[in-house]
Amino acid sequence: MSGRSYRVIGTRPIRHDGADKVTGRALFGADVRLPGMAYGYVLRSPYAHARIRRIDTSRAEKHPGVLAVVTAADLPTGPDRLLDLVEGTLPLSYARANVLARDKALYKGHAVAAVAAVNRHVAEEAAGLIEVEYEPLPAVLDVLEAMRQDAPRVLEDLRMREFGELADKAGNIAEHFRHVLGDVEKGFAEADVIVEREFRTVMVHQGYLEPQSATALWNQDGRLYIWTTTQGAFSAREATAWILDLPVSQVRVTPMEVGGAFGGKIRIYLEPVAALLSRKCGRPVQITMPRRDVFEATGPTPGTFIRVKMGARADGRITAAQVWMAYETGAFPSGQCGFGALCMLAPYDIPNVLIDGYDVVVNKPSTAPYRAPGATQAAFAAESVVDELAERLGMDPIEFRLKNAAREGTRRADGLKYQRIGCVEVLEAMRDHPHYRAPLEGPNRGRGVAMGYWFNIGWYSSCTIAVNPDGTVNLVEGSVDLSGTRTTIAMQAAEVLGLRPEQVHPVVADTDSIGPTAVTGGSRTTYATGWAAWEAAHDVIRQMKQRAALLWEVEPEAVSFECGVFRSGDRSMTFAELAERLEETGGPVIGRGTVNPSSAGGSFAGAIVDVEVDPETGKVTVLRFTSVQDAGTAINPTAVEGQMQGGSVQGIGWALNEEYYWTPEGVMLNSSLLDYREPTALDVPPIETVIVEVPEPAQPFGVRGVGEANIVPPPAAIANAVYRAVGVRLRQLPMKPSALLEALWSKEA
Amino acid sequence: MPVVFIPPPLQGLTGGRASVEVEGATVRELIENLDRTWPGLRERLVEGDRLRAHIRVAVDGRISTMGLLERVGAASEVHFVAAVSGG
Amino acid sequence: MMKEKLRVQATINEQPVEFLCEPRQSLLECLRDILGLTGAKEGCNDGNCGACAVIMDGRLVNSCLVLGVEAQGRRITTIEGLARGPELHPIQRAFLEQGAVQCGFCTPGLILATKVLLDRYPDPSEPQIRRWLANHLCRCTGYDKIVRAVRQAAAELREVRA
Repeated sequence: MSGRSYRVIGTRPIRHDGADKVTGRALFGADVRLPGMAYGYVLRSPYAHARIRRIDTSRAEKHPGVLAVVTAADLPTGPDRLLDLVEGTLPLSYARANVLARDKALYKGHAVAAVAAVNRHVAEEAAGLIEVEYEPLPAVLDVLEAMRQDAPRVLEDLRMREFGELADKAGNIAEHFRHVLGDVEKGFAEADVIVEREFRTVMVHQGYLEPQSATALWNQDGRLYIWTTTQGAFSAREATAWILDLPVSQVRVTPMEVGGAFGGKIRIYLEPVAALLSRKCGRPVQITMPRRDVFEATGPTPGTFIRVKMGARADGRITAAQVWMAYETGAFPSGQCGFGALCMLAPYDIPNVLIDGYDVVVNKPSTAPYRAPGATQAAFAAESVVDELAERLGMDPIEFRLKNAAREGTRRADGLKYQRIGCVEVLEAMRDHPHYRAPLEGPNRGRGVAMGYWFNIGWYSSCTIAVNPDGTVNLVEGSVDLSGTRTTIAMQAAEVLGLRPEQVHPVVADTDSIGPTAVTGGSRTTYATGWAAWEAAHDVIRQMKQRAALLWEVEPEAVSFECGVFRSGDRSMTFAELAERLEETGGPVIGRGTVNPSSAGGSFAGAIVDVEVDPETGKVTVLRFTSVQDAGTAINPTAVEGQMQGGSVQGIGWALNEEYYWTPEGVMLNSSLLDYREPTALDVPPIETVIVEVPEPAQPFGVRGVGEANIVPPPAAIANAVYRAVGVRLRQLPMKPSALLEALWSKEA
Repeated sequence: MPVVFIPPPLQGLTGGRASVEVEGATVRELIENLDRTWPGLRERLVEGDRLRAHIRVAVDGRISTMGLLERVGAASEVHFVAAVSGG
Repeated sequence: MMKEKLRVQATINEQPVEFLCEPRQSLLECLRDILGLTGAKEGCNDGNCGACAVIMDGRLVNSCLVLGVEAQGRRITTIEGLARGPELHPIQRAFLEQGAVQCGFCTPGLILATKVLLDRYPDPSEPQIRRWLANHLCRCTGYDKIVRAVRQAAAELREVRA
């Protein structure tokens, strides 16, 4: 535990939105009800790649109950700009084309037109009356095939970018990057053992339970009002405004409660379409995606091809690592390969590194971040190779990692030196955990470990705190609350102000009501918005000291504040007592805080997993799972544990069952929650958690974001466990029963 | 003197050098001075009066949010990295 | 456009309710769009996630797989009907105290599923709990704290009934 002692930090209060969530009162995107609201339905391409020759909406427009029909022709075309996405930038023309296809459908499910009607059934019926003339084109679905010069071209104008510069190369490669440290040739020459392997992962989905839903009202006052399920009200506002060529201030976004996101609800899909429909019919329009569309037309995560070569000396020191990796980005560019590159070797101090990475477009839905985007796939590859190296050297897998562990001052693959990090502490916690030493008996059982990392981001947040006469405070902030951050943010303010968490009333505000705040993502929210709340709380104290000074007729410098009490000499007043006197000492007190901190040191996570493989069916049962993660300082340990457990189970699903199952024509066969197999309560054991605390020096309470790193280790840990259980190393995800059986049968043969 | 690490794609402009020492109290000054010795670097890094949209600068291991305005110490390490975030 | 509507009379959360609906509308749709009870959620609309679960005549059903007209004459409990006045039901409280709620989207269905489970099996084992809840997907929690919440609620309810 961290050295400081706190009153509120480290406790486990009930979330402020708890009662609403357990009574069904909390309002999610599709719960919005506005007078006169119409319902929208989106018509989507049945082809993975096709030219759109003609769209005839006349029959749909005449259908009784239909209020409006729109296509890409209703979108502005304006000059192109670069839209700032979380994972990089995207040309505005691409963002527009993804929302409604213009000349080409680029993936099965690509939106082509939309209808607003008096109810969703009529809207869907009418969509069936829209006539679209497609000219099907050959589709490219495999990342390596797409890289060939003779592959079908997904985006005609796409040229490869390299550190921002457009190469002459036209094709499906959107981006190439390279990281170089030292000299890998020299490093491999020094190695006594070298392992080189190739890995494949397939597209998976964030799998949030709540489909996207957006309600738009193009109001007669000229402003566009949006209620939506989003991770970022401000990013959604900007993207919507840009796509519709509106001034940003003309759009107000009200973020609703979000039913899971994990990175998949940063991009927008429905907002501009609902807005166009609303403008045409003069009524609010709500569009909710059917589950099939969530799979086929939002932002799943890239499938990948990754080759890893690592060498080590007999004494256990890794001397070199070389990686060649290609990520499919779906129909539009998206830069996740670079993230994978940064994270895959993050736990290690390796002097010689060469990584070549490619982001490649294919005829699949445009990919979006999924919890530590790009890192899980890359770690699956790297951590499997590390495991194999350790085995060849006869070393315990954790001892091998400790011998090569990254520490403060170690250089990452991109050359940056680590600040204070908790890699060693996480490894030691794993090594010393009873799980690691527990006997595992029985046939076909094995134990595996793996590490993961996410660099966590900083970025901007705003917060205001208003003092109520009874000594409670209203805290207004702009971070959409995915999982309890309104409480972890309130706790940080409460700690500063000497209040209990329930004496802070947090509100997540819309874009008209609070200053700009970056997305809830990147593991930034408790870190950065909590920091803004800390600033605002200190601003409150500064002002209240002045009020106490006024009452006591002393200088403000003579007033102290500690443990919720203002003092000067032998006089004292509690926060509540002074709050009651604000009116007569100058009026209400409102504190404000804004931050834009640089990135923090990042969070390391580890997993220990025991599996049993059924050699008859190929089924892998996870017997025991321990998740270890560096939280810096755990503001609310219950919330941190929840993140670790949730990410771990997502990782288990990714490892064992989840996949986009494609036909050769590029149609997803399993676009339902029956056939896209997410883990149920029956599929996973209890997830034991160990919170390691290596405080992040920059943040006032030492917070490190914990949302993401925990999803990274499970696939590799499970692969390593399967190897020890049945002697086969699987190098493709998912490690589904058929894959196990094929591997076992090959081994026998 | 601050040390600036040159991203591999730009090392052609610095004669293959992976890092160079250069004077400057802010990132802007560093780039100006770099460009004097290695012409063309500035154009790859800067657009108008800001760093290019997909580039961030890291000073002493911390990725800055202030771009060209970020201050640099006498012994600082400076890296230019692709903008990255999370999900 | 206007399909002929049928009149349905049912008891919902112990109140007599009457509404008109088209034959093609699911009970989920009727609850959410006609009756203003948005606690039941649409996650998949084909019975595979449990987010729409309600209790009908004592049985847990996926309301997306029940037609609105099938509610005729039935007693239905939705999440909105669980709390008594200002007091949360012990199951609701257990979910909060154990941290079993993250985004909260699966929560209404899970809580009702827990109610039916504990009404029938007051002392379920962990495997029983996991099997019972297997049709309720949760993507946020990893199920660990949900199982703990169910056990806490079970213990408390056993005490109350004893």
